[in-house]
Amino acid sequence: MKAPSRILAIAKAEARVLWRNRWLAVATGIMVVFAVALSLAGSAPTGALGVDMLTVSIASMTTLGVYLIPLLALLISFDAVVGEADRGSLGLLLTYPAGRAEILAGKALAHVAALAIACIIGFGVAGALAAGFGNVSTDSLLALVRLMGTSVMLGAVFLAFGYLISSLAGSMATAAGLAAALWLIFVVLFDLALLAAVVVDGDGTFTQFVFPWLMTANPADAFRLWNIAGTESVAVAAGMSGVADSLPGWAAPLSLALWPAIAFVLACLAFKRVEP
Amino acid sequence: MTETVLNCDKVQKFRGDIQVLKDVSLAVPSGARVALLGHNGAGKSTLIKSILGLIPIEGGQISICGHAPGSNAARADVAYLPESVAFQNALTGRELLTMFAGLAGIRDNDTSGALARVGLAEAADRRIKTYSKGMRQRLGLAQVMLGRPRLALLDEPTSGLDPVSRHDLYAIIDALAAEGTAVLIASHALTEVEAQTDRIAILRDGSLVADDTVANLARKAGLPIILKVQTKASDTADRIAAETGGVRVNGMSVEIRCTADGKMAALHNLSGMGAEVADIDITPPGLEDLYRHYSGVDQ
Ligand SMILES: Nc1ncnc2c1ncn2[C@@H]1O[C@H](COP(=O)(O)OP(=O)(O)OP(=O)(O)O)[C@@H](O)[C@H]1O
Ligand SMILES: [Mg+2]
Repeated sequence: MKAPSRILAIAKAEARVLWRNRWLAVATGIMVVFAVALSLAGSAPTGALGVDMLTVSIASMTTLGVYLIPLLALLISFDAVVGEADRGSLGLLLTYPAGRAEILAGKALAHVAALAIACIIGFGVAGALAAGFGNVSTDSLLALVRLMGTSVMLGAVFLAFGYLISSLAGSMATAAGLAAALWLIFVVLFDLALLAAVVVDGDGTFTQFVFPWLMTANPADAFRLWNIAGTESVAVAAGMSGVADSLPGWAAPLSLALWPAIAFVLACLAFKRVEP
Repeated sequence: MTETVLNCDKVQKFRGDIQVLKDVSLAVPSGARVALLGHNGAGKSTLIKSILGLIPIEGGQISICGHAPGSNAARADVAYLPESVAFQNALTGRELLTMFAGLAGIRDNDTSGALARVGLAEAADRRIKTYSKGMRQRLGLAQVMLGRPRLALLDEPTSGLDPVSRHDLYAIIDALAAEGTAVLIASHALTEVEAQTDRIAILRDGSLVADDTVANLARKAGLPIILKVQTKASDTADRIAAETGGVRVNGMSVEIRCTADGKMAALHNLSGMGAEVADIDITPPGLEDLYRHYSGVDQ
């Protein structure tokens, strides 16, 4: 009964900190600058494909999101637990009648909201700009909304990953190192490894049947696939229709929907074992 | 008023192979102020964290108003001031307290009352970043007073505070105890603890070696009373030292150690020496001597 109000109490304080530390302003600024720059640069050479500006811009922003959103998410969340422990405030927090899952949920609520604001404003401004230059279809508008929604889901996954490493790491430095490693693995190395395997396998069973599923299992790739496969013209613009076609339509959304829950449960389990 | 709020029974705690709490039994009734003393690493913070349920214990039992440490009922009854805590600098004092009040399920307007009681009413809407050390400590104490706890555990509440702030802080603690809160204060500040608490518990290497009022502890310890005798000339000092079994210190004075019972006899003896004795100072054993005695520094 009282759990929601306790979660809200933590979330409010956490949100104030993000606002006061200018984290929200900086993150939103970064999103706007990169989204605008990339969608303008990406749209220059594609006039011949017959897609509207917004669609092209969404393809560019999807690629941007894969890199930037996990990074921003990990940056806010990596010190969520270990930072409190460092300050000595974790022990105090845990003597209040709030469960550990409630504490994480409160922080997550504020962090997800902040990421959502940064993504919606960033992609929104770039999208509006692109739409202003060319014609807009319902299809491309839907794709923009999907991009914003999936960005928040992707952000939630990596926020929870951040809480997980923050609970496992004994110090801020370790947590920061783990965050960097996690980002590198999920966003860069995983794809490289898959690519290498595909090159070795050629057109074999791995490439045809295993590779698409493995790719969807990674939340960062699921984000990419969902946004790109979701709209025919975006897939054409991104040159990714091949992979997207070989999977059922629900695969990427399911992956992106499950991951936040899985990561959050893992984070709670790790946090339960932290001794202040 | 004298219901037992905190009861620790033969508490044991291990850190690796080392036992840091050895059969610690301690009871604190409501309204009592108990000081928890002990050398660095004696186990004071460990005991407090065990009572809070922050760390598990390996033996014995702890109950807070009949509830297990860390249970929801116990958490609702206990307030805690950690040893060294840094709050979110970006928040204001009021915002921080509002968060704690929300966690404890207390109405918002109580935060103003708590802030006023610790003298932070004016600074309430400034960021914690701008607070002095004493103000931060008061803020921690305001957090303790939210929601009228049954038991308050304060880990070195006065460390780093100036004498006036310390005095203010103990006034707040007194008010808390007067409302029936049982207060356990871990501290190294012997003199203030002597004046400001009802009972003293001393931990030595994880064992509770003393738990009583200062007066009773002094009687049990049988520590010597020191008579410091000023003489008129250095040769008389030698003679008085020889006659009374005392020790000559810095030329013209003699220090005589005697038991509480032997004090009058010694004084009688000295008064018989007439004009050769210029002055006598009587020093009863202080808390520091008691502390040294019980915490084993002398052995
Ligand atoms: N997290 C920990 N891991 C391992 N050992 C610990 C831990 N915390 C405390 N100890 C050990 O437990 C013993 C008691 O420590 P504790 O912090 O309770 O002492 P204390 O009486 O509070 O000392 P101080 O006056 O310095 O605060 C010490 O030997 C310490 O090294
Ligand atoms: Mg301590």
